[in-house]
Amino acid sequence: MKILHAPRMERCIGCHACSLACARLVHKNLSWDTAGIRISSSGGLSTGFEARTCLACLPAPCAAACPTGAYSQRKGGGVVVKKNLCIRCGECARACPVDAIFLDETAEPFVCIHCGRCVPFCPHDCIELMERGAGGERREDRNVEEGAV
Amino acid sequence: MIRDHFRVLVVDLESGRGGIEKVDGRDTVAGGSGLAAMLFEKHGLPDRPWDDPEQPLIFAIGPLTGYFPLMSKTVCAFKSPHHDQYAESHAGGRSALSLRFADYDGLVIRGKARRPSCLSIGSRHLDLSDVHFLWGMDLFKTGKMLRRMYKGAGHRSIWRIGPAGENLSAMACINVDTYRHFGRLGSGAVMGAKNLKGIVVLGDGSFPLPEGKAYPRLFADVHRKMTDTDMMEKYHNYGTTINMAVLNGIHALPIRNLQKTTDPAIEGISGETFARDTLLRNAACAGCPVGCIHLGFVRERFMGENRYLYRQVSYDHEPIFAMGAMLHVTNAFEVLALLDVVERAGLDVMSAGVALAWATEALEKDIVSTGETLVPLQFGDGKAYQEAVHHLGAASNEFYRILAQGTSKAARHYGGEDFACVLGQEMAGYATGEVFFVAQALGLRHSHLDTGGYSYDQKDKEPDVKAAVEFLIEDERARVLLTSMVSCLFARGVYAEEVLADCLSSVGYTALADATRTVSDHVQRLRWRVRFRTGYDPRAVSIPKRFLEVETWKGRIDPNYLGDLKTAYTEAILAMARHE
Repeated sequence: MKILHAPRMERCIGCHACSLACARLVHKNLSWDTAGIRISSSGGLSTGFEARTCLACLPAPCAAACPTGAYSQRKGGGVVVKKNLCIRCGECARACPVDAIFLDETAEPFVCIHCGRCVPFCPHDCIELMERGAGGERREDRNVEEGAV
Repeated sequence: MIRDHFRVLVVDLESGRGGIEKVDGRDTVAGGSGLAAMLFEKHGLPDRPWDDPEQPLIFAIGPLTGYFPLMSKTVCAFKSPHHDQYAESHAGGRSALSLRFADYDGLVIRGKARRPSCLSIGSRHLDLSDVHFLWGMDLFKTGKMLRRMYKGAGHRSIWRIGPAGENLSAMACINVDTYRHFGRLGSGAVMGAKNLKGIVVLGDGSFPLPEGKAYPRLFADVHRKMTDTDMMEKYHNYGTTINMAVLNGIHALPIRNLQKTTDPAIEGISGETFARDTLLRNAACAGCPVGCIHLGFVRERFMGENRYLYRQVSYDHEPIFAMGAMLHVTNAFEVLALLDVVERAGLDVMSAGVALAWATEALEKDIVSTGETLVPLQFGDGKAYQEAVHHLGAASNEFYRILAQGTSKAARHYGGEDFACVLGQEMAGYATGEVFFVAQALGLRHSHLDTGGYSYDQKDKEPDVKAAVEFLIEDERARVLLTSMVSCLFARGVYAEEVLADCLSSVGYTALADATRTVSDHVQRLRWRVRFRTGYDPRAVSIPKRFLEVETWKGRIDPNYLGDLKTAYTEAILAMARHE
């Protein structure tokens, strides 16, 4: 099972194409909130951007916190979400240690399902779908052009 | 949100309250430029001065904002302190998507706040807060404070003014998210006159998308064209700065207050030099994967023992033309240092550069003295210009107060009108020839973006007044359609009219999709009508003598061609304004 990583966020230009793609293709929304990956500036645009997305915990505290079984552990990390079982209690978002779950105004939760549909929309290859243990956070040097240092 | 009308938030700063207005006209004015002009017709007071508290400050997005790549701009409309007439200025950043997700097609701000204030809006809140403690603060400090005071990092847009706006300078901009601007014609002074230091728009709404495959398929296709093909390469590679060397090479770059159009020293401030020596990284407007914003750095030793600070500064062709070529500052880092000071003051960089170029020549010619300029201005002296920019933003004395109202006003007061490089407002960075000079001088926004006159000049054509005017009218119409959507004009190569129609249709605006020609004709005439109602007379526009002395690769400007073009374009504009 592959996992979405954001190993090259230093390259991010803040276009929000990933969030918009997730909302558009996975959740059928026009939004930069109701998405499994959300981009924020870290103290103004001059300091760059960070991605809020599921880190594929194993075990996942959000799944453990869910009282109705809407969230269950995904094999290899992360969660499988069954929205029809969700009672909008928001416990999943509160349990997430890295604020990766967005609750809309009705408390409907939105979390990354590691499908990778956002990946082709990133113009700078900041994000990537890769196997667990494939060195996710250590692959920041990938794709650097020769002589571009 | 797809709707057959406009949802407009109208805020009254006197009471700190607002209301939602449902405004018809989606299928006749589309949005953006069209909506802004329509809202000015409704809320504007053509016969009262620009700083009358009841004059509206208008922001508008379009039917495709957020739905497609590069549909990322906001139109700002107001009565300008520069000419006391209707004006439009555009900006990107996160402004457009924030308004989209706050669920407002338009924002109209009326009245004057009792205290220096910040307006904060979102899909579920409206708040006007006293921020008197920010008054007098430069733009960067203001940004830092507002970011701390309001929530929503990454999904909000912060618009603010610096000292220039507070001092009601006709060249004050509204800064958007640090690196973008509603730059031209003095929108910053309109906020200043309203006691409005900042506006924070939180994009906290989400909307369902149309069912079916048509929309995601078309989105993917447009996205691919914007990113995979070389159509947009010029914008994200060197960016607009590539023009510096190109224009210098064909003797069409305004240098040293337009005393010349080419100079070997320009290599020091070419796009290639900036990229090689100063480029730190790129950034993008929200909703744009192209990322044309180029950020350079300024490194400054502020103390002994190797104590340095650094700042990030955005650069583009126009700022480098204005603070570099026009002032003959030909070192890239010195130009960035100047751009940084301009940003702090909250000035429109193009107007400020052209104004200081005029002031320098006026000083050389003893029309003014250092008693007025306070600084011994000299072409090429970046340090002196840093001080002068500060004085211009702060309106330090009578000279800078007058200069801040526009170079032509200062020239009328002190003399030196012949060499005031003003085409309706301070010129943009193109000395390409007769068509551009006439197009900017008479154009609705007096902007190089009104029409592609600079590009027309560069096509190898024999002078043909009729053909040139027809080009200007048709090109303006096509651009008005884009700025009513509201697209970034860099995407004009991708968004042909049939593509725009497909986009509109795919999200449900079928009637609008079938009427793009009628709508753009209508909006073009509507904007002119609104401008005329506020007092515009193109027959009164003059083109200073300096422009007639310009030599390009084609040779010296042809005064007869320029005169004939001006007459013919004036007539064409009058005809558009009379229509309907």
